Amino acid sequence: MIEVRNLVKKYGSHLAVDHLSFVVEKGKIYGFLGPNGAGKSTTMNIMTGYLGATEGEVIVNGRNMLKEPEEAKKFIGYLPEIPPLYTDMTVKEYLVFAAELKKVKRTEIDSQVHQVMELVKLTDVQNRLIRNLSKGYRQRVGLAQAVLGFPEIIILDEPTVGLDPMQIIEIRQLIRELAKDHTIILSSHILAEVREVCDYIMIISRGKLVASDTPDHLERLMRGEETLELEVKGSRRQAEDILSQIPYVEEVKYEEQKDGMTNVYIQTAGHREIREQVFYGFAENHCPIYRMQISKATLEDVFLELTQDSGGDMQDVHAKEVSSAGEISENKEETDHDGDL
Amino acid sequence: MTGIYKRELRSYFYSMIGYVFIAFLTAFVGIYFMVYNLNMGYPYFSYALSGGLFILLIAIPVLTMKSFSEERRSKTDQLLLTAPVTLGQIVWGKYLAMVSIFAIPNLIFCLFPLMIKASGNAYFKVDYCAILAYFLLGCVYIAVGMFLSSLTESQIIAAISTFGVLLVLYLWNGLMDFLPSSAGGNLAGVLLLWSLLAFAVYQMTKNWILGAALEVLGAAAGAAVYFLRPSWLEGLLSDVMGKLSLSNGFNSVLNNHLLDFGSLFLGISAIALFVFLTIQIIQRRRWS
Repeated sequence: MIEVRNLVKKYGSHLAVDHLSFVVEKGKIYGFLGPNGAGKSTTMNIMTGYLGATEGEVIVNGRNMLKEPEEAKKFIGYLPEIPPLYTDMTVKEYLVFAAELKKVKRTEIDSQVHQVMELVKLTDVQNRLIRNLSKGYRQRVGLAQAVLGFPEIIILDEPTVGLDPMQIIEIRQLIRELAKDHTIILSSHILAEVREVCDYIMIISRGKLVASDTPDHLERLMRGEETLELEVKGSRRQAEDILSQIPYVEEVKYEEQKDGMTNVYIQTAGHREIREQVFYGFAENHCPIYRMQISKATLEDVFLELTQDSGGDMQDVHAKEVSSAGEISENKEETDHDGDL
Repeated sequence: MTGIYKRELRSYFYSMIGYVFIAFLTAFVGIYFMVYNLNMGYPYFSYALSGGLFILLIAIPVLTMKSFSEERRSKTDQLLLTAPVTLGQIVWGKYLAMVSIFAIPNLIFCLFPLMIKASGNAYFKVDYCAILAYFLLGCVYIAVGMFLSSLTESQIIAAISTFGVLLVLYLWNGLMDFLPSSAGGNLAGVLLLWSLLAFAVYQMTKNWILGAALEVLGAAAGAAVYFLRPSWLEGLLSDVMGKLSLSNGFNSVLNNHLLDFGSLFLGISAIALFVFLTIQIIQRRRWS
């Protein structure tokens, strides 16, 4: 459907998108995941033909975005980060205009605008000025605009930013609804959202595609990080003695606590199941286990791992310059956001 | 294109700017009409219109200031540029909408000669040619304003810079008198303009060899002409630039009752040039 080949976008000396290539196939929900300033919006802007790429090309259904822009743009509906709304129009006027712009047939404009307003629940506010609408409704008007003409591909740039939890749930339901007969690409810096909604995740960091797979595969990719955590009553030496008799134990970390408890973190060769041996081993030595669990790598870990240690070259310095203090506080907000959901 | 044209046209009436523009222009020319034609009894409406020339300097920037700057500021250009329409359709749609707004007071002006006729002799051919020349001049000014609006995100900057440029165009003929007539002075002026052109070429292509080569060639040619045929340079600037005066077309109707096709052609070329430049500016921004 969409093929992105070797995309590069430079702003002066700053490399916003760095040799990005991927293919989007029909009928799935794709998620672009990446920290702020990773190049998600820039990539989407290039894919929709708003920006030109410094190098590389975008092919939509066999049409080159650069050489046949009108043809290629027909297949795409786009909701940018800030919904492109003319605030002096009413919702209906705006949607009729958008339909005309998208070359929806004159006879179908009315019925399609109605259909889309039903879909995103805008019928109640259709005669109100966009200026007077709340953020959530504006987002929906933007979404309605992207859906108009029912293009094969719908690209949504951070569709849930700034909405309250209820609205976020509604928008997600809507996205799933649309995914039944459209290909959807959405970007987000919120992990929970991408994991919940998307079939396929592309993690972008500093303009590079660092990973792309299904959410499950990505988590499995990090299985090497699987550890067995124990909390036992006893000293470190006792635990060491017991564990030395159990096969496949590779690496153990200990953490002695004040009240005679010890935390033990075990990594085994080839992820062998050793919980039974551990249980009987400690039991035979009268060393009670208070807690035992396997901690798996989550998508968060994958995300952090992939986006944080990709080289400390010139770009790195630049990225820090661009996103100074604001970034940190914003990241905090994001984690809070995740907690809400 | 019709979609953009219709939306743009309507937007001028959502925001009052359209009404204010039409009322302002009609009222001011109406005042001149009252003083010159009704009170003093001149039979030519073109005199009243010549008073209205100055009003364009204020009215046109108000009309054009938001055309592209506001789209960029509110990011609505993303909607237009990702829709399956060409950039040319977007720019022409907007331009024609503004021209349509400007056409409304001009249609009202067409009634004034009839009022003159009602109370005596009227010179329809001269007056309607004058209205045509005035309309064309306004269309050129709109193209200039639209171009300047595409350069910035601020409506205020767009309006003020448009006013500045239109003021220079308005005073063009007067300014030409201050240009030097000696060969040396003209050579300096030509070289200055040539250097600006070379610099612009360098800016657009980022190829300093090309820019420098142009500059050196131009300077050599200028120096050669200066030493071999200095008479060619005398009065060159005021001759050439005087021909570019946009208001000449209107003035020749006003003073000599002649509709000068050369200046009509100049006006249409200027419109095409500024629409083209607007398209280039927007196109270029996508790649920077």
